[in-house]
Amino acid sequence: MLGPTIDKYAAPKNAYSLAFTLTPWFAWISILLFIGGIYGGLVYAPPDYDQGESFRIIYVHVPAAWMSMFVYVVMAIAGACGLIWKVKLMDAVARSCAPLGASFTLLALVTGSIWGKPMWGTWWVWDARLTSELILLFLYLGYMALQSSIDDRRTAARAGAILALVGVVNIPIIHFSVEWWNTLHQGPTVTKLDTPSIHVTMLIPLLIMSIAYTTFFITMLMVRLRAEILDQERNTTWVRDLVLGGTDK
Amino acid sequence: MGAYQAFTALLLRDLKLGFRNMGDLLNPLLFFLMVVTLFPLALGPEKSVLQEHAPAVIWVASLLAASISLDTMFRSDMEDGSLEQILLSPYPDIILVMAKILAHWLMTGAPLTIFALLLSVLLYLPGAAYLPLLGTLLLGTPILSMVGSVAVALTVGLRNGGMLLILLILPLYMPVLIFAISAVNNAMRGLSVAGEFYFLSGMLILALTLAPFATAYALKIRMG
Repeated sequence: MLGPTIDKYAAPKNAYSLAFTLTPWFAWISILLFIGGIYGGLVYAPPDYDQGESFRIIYVHVPAAWMSMFVYVVMAIAGACGLIWKVKLMDAVARSCAPLGASFTLLALVTGSIWGKPMWGTWWVWDARLTSELILLFLYLGYMALQSSIDDRRTAARAGAILALVGVVNIPIIHFSVEWWNTLHQGPTVTKLDTPSIHVTMLIPLLIMSIAYTTFFITMLMVRLRAEILDQERNTTWVRDLVLGGTDK
Repeated sequence: MGAYQAFTALLLRDLKLGFRNMGDLLNPLLFFLMVVTLFPLALGPEKSVLQEHAPAVIWVASLLAASISLDTMFRSDMEDGSLEQILLSPYPDIILVMAKILAHWLMTGAPLTIFALLLSVLLYLPGAAYLPLLGTLLLGTPILSMVGSVAVALTVGLRNGGMLLILLILPLYMPVLIFAISAVNNAMRGLSVAGEFYFLSGMLILALTLAPFATAYALKIRMG
């Protein structure tokens, strides 16, 4: 049952039309969740006893940081599937993930820095989490640089998959080493963030926001994936029919 | 000829080729010396300042020298086609890749380690820190060669491959830098260095088990 379904949608044409159908669904779910999450975060959640109103940036910052790591893992898994089963669609998924993940990482860095201004008094602190996010951004940029300098699409995808897998093995090591470095050099500057529990009225909007981010990621992935498929299959007849026919399917 | 003989034959061939090209061997060392010289010029000649920053300077300079020396690992073999022949040979690719990595380390990592010890005299590194510095370099530079070999395999022969290689490799080198410098700094303050050495050893074993596979696979991808 599952096998034929996977085979069917691994074909670029079917994947394209599936992505086309699903995009608006995920887009609308994501918009509704964003409205709910932002209302919950900015209005419903009480101000923090310690950080006041400025803690509310957590609703933008924390899901972005989660997504930055999640997208890297998705990218590596898609790359591995492309390597192992030689599915071209998975190559396109991996390639579409990179700019999205890099954007989430950048968003996490920028919002972290904006949050740092009232909390730490400076725009940047060499805090363990910010530093590992920065290194993660380097990994994304390296992946994208490698992709863009190999002309052959297939080779680029496979080389990128290897790099993403090496990155996935390294991310926990990098994360741990940076924490080690930070505790030795800095002392606990961020214990505020480690306060044991977060109140449920603050937690619910955070969860809604993280689902909103995930559905937003899926929406954007579908849009990019469609562009990738069209580019990858640009010499086939179905793409020519699609473009010349002007139909929306 | 068994796999072991193939390993030795390739290792000896690479060493012979390397020693006939002394320039390739000496350039990273010269670069290392120059980078280290920049720091006293930038920080000033005071002994206390240089001593405090010595581990960082030595390690950052070795990291950069190791990164730029990676470029030669597969380049000439790729250009004259012998890399393709090596991969087509009946011996396991991993064995052959390991021979090439070991040869490269013997010609870059090992001289860098000795050179680093000499240069740390210029930076007034305290006597107690010499042995830990040697230890971190002996554990760390093979990790740099192993992890580096994957990135070289992915970028060899690309236009602007050299710059791209550095960009891919530096984020992956950061954990080595952190643990190595932390160990030398601890030694300078008379603290225990066991934790850092365990981590470096663990990373070395991880790199030793995974990197040759990834490198061999990456080379095959690049060869088509």
